[in-house]
Amino acid sequence: MSLRDGPLGDIRVPLTWSAAAALVIAVIIAAALLLSRQHDPMKAGAYDAARHAVDAVESPVGGALSAPVRWTGNAADYVRGYFFAVSENRSLKTQLTQAQATRDQLESALVENARLRAVLGIRTDPPLPHIAAETIADSRGPFANTRLANAGRDKGVAEGNPVISEHGLVGRIVGVSDHVSRVLLLTDAESRTPVLVVRTNGRAILSGDGGAAPKLDYIRSALGIKEGDRVLTSGDGGVFPRGLPVGTVVRGLDGGWHVALDSDAAPIDYVQILLFSDFSQLADAQALAPKDLPTAMTEEPSASIAPPTTSAPVPLKPAATKPGAAKPTTAKLAAAAAAKPVAVKAAVKPAAVKAAAKPAKKPVPKLMTLTPVKPATIKVAKPAAARKPATTVSAPAARPTAPPPAPAPQSDIPI
Amino acid sequence: MTSVTGFGASKSMTPIGWLGLPMLVCAIATVVLATPIRIFGLGLPEPVFPLALAFAWAVIRPSVLPPFALLIMGLFLDVFWGGPQGLWPLCFLATYAAVLAVRRMILSQDFIVMWASYGAATALAFAVGYALMTMVSGTGPNLIAVGWQFLATFALFPFAYRLIGRYEDADVRFR
Repeated sequence: MSLRDGPLGDIRVPLTWSAAAALVIAVIIAAALLLSRQHDPMKAGAYDAARHAVDAVESPVGGALSAPVRWTGNAADYVRGYFFAVSENRSLKTQLTQAQATRDQLESALVENARLRAVLGIRTDPPLPHIAAETIADSRGPFANTRLANAGRDKGVAEGNPVISEHGLVGRIVGVSDHVSRVLLLTDAESRTPVLVVRTNGRAILSGDGGAAPKLDYIRSALGIKEGDRVLTSGDGGVFPRGLPVGTVVRGLDGGWHVALDSDAAPIDYVQILLFSDFSQLADAQALAPKDLPTAMTEEPSASIAPPTTSAPVPLKPAATKPGAAKPTTAKLAAAAAAKPVAVKAAVKPAAVKAAAKPAKKPVPKLMTLTPVKPATIKVAKPAAARKPATTVSAPAARPTAPPPAPAPQSDIPI
Repeated sequence: MTSVTGFGASKSMTPIGWLGLPMLVCAIATVVLATPIRIFGLGLPEPVFPLALAFAWAVIRPSVLPPFALLIMGLFLDVFWGGPQGLWPLCFLATYAAVLAVRRMILSQDFIVMWASYGAATALAFAVGYALMTMVSGTGPNLIAVGWQFLATFALFPFAYRLIGRYEDADVRFR
């Protein structure tokens, strides 16, 4: 029996009224969904099941649709490369000449940077693991700017991971499914990224607005901002690691400061997802420590290790080292760290770790453990005399394996 | 005056015909245009296809089903594009409500007049979206980006006009 044959069959409701009633119900549902803010990219774990399902379906479809595009692009690049090989070769030679000069400067700066970091006791961040992925779909509207990348939970991707292209920062992961993940671009209206201006070290928040060049809000810089300033991630808040290239400051049509993104320089078809969650990841020494601590290589300790003359903290002078006071074993160094009261705990330096102490009574026959020393506990007595390493650790960033030392008596350490 | 009936013969009004298939076409078109392609440095346009449906369904006839169909299409766009859930449904439903309120004025109008009406309805949808997005994110979306998407959507009117033409004379009880 159909509805029309029943007792309600004679009721005539104007269709406009029933359509209006349906409209009201639909509006209430939609408003409730919007107000509930189930999808808040700033919240972890806000990616709901429906989004996971759509992303999972979209992944193969988007991959199939984008594959011919990539093949066509590759073919076009091949043809272009064939016809423009000579001019490209000339251009590349010029670039190579410039790059070689830049490389020399860079290598020099790297060495100096590493040395200064060691002097200051700054811990070097370990290289972040990353994975490569293809983007298979994107949305470019004013209200949502996201992309789908074909790497998901199966490859270790997690919400919050930064995403970069070969040119610069692209965005971060806001949703992860098994084989696909969604990237919230820097241009999305809900994207907020803490950045710094390289020239002034000023801080700002990069706010996406759906346009090509996100805005710079909450600018804190005594020297101001000018067009052409380079912008990097500041690392504030722990969302992104510090120093990822973001873009260049430009003046927007609205008169405000915007950033022309580096990642816009080329199509974002391949990306790297940094497996970085927050700074606690970097602070987890056990997770980051190398499985096999490199063996401490030493030279003749007597050349550079100065024994303390008394049990009290006494400034150490490399020049006053007694050749016979220290035996040429690394065990002495460990004993030095264990000596009580200790004149020097240890000094960690990427290229050269130096320690100076003498065991009070019993040498401990084990390898020296590297203990970080706070900059405040270091007094550089004679920098000029501090160039001969006593103990050299081959790892570029020596990681502490022992807990941080208790406040030690101040001592002079040859660095 | 040019009647939209000249576009094709009227069809019987089955839910699949005037709701289901257009929804499917819109979803497929949205997925295809989400392909990350750049031609001469420019990405593909990203029109909001379901806005054409919101306009056409309100003009064709009042019914209980279109609001829920628009709700589904809006949620699909929110999920597919990664925006706030509920944003596009409210935009579509606002457009549908406005067009439904003035459908007698729009019916059987000239092509250009109907296109202008469609433009006004589209502008309303984007105004609602702008306001909601400002409320949700705390910052107003870029007006240039809004303008580009509005233009891409505005160009979809022939699609809506064809849909209206197919069903205009299907049920004359609502004239």
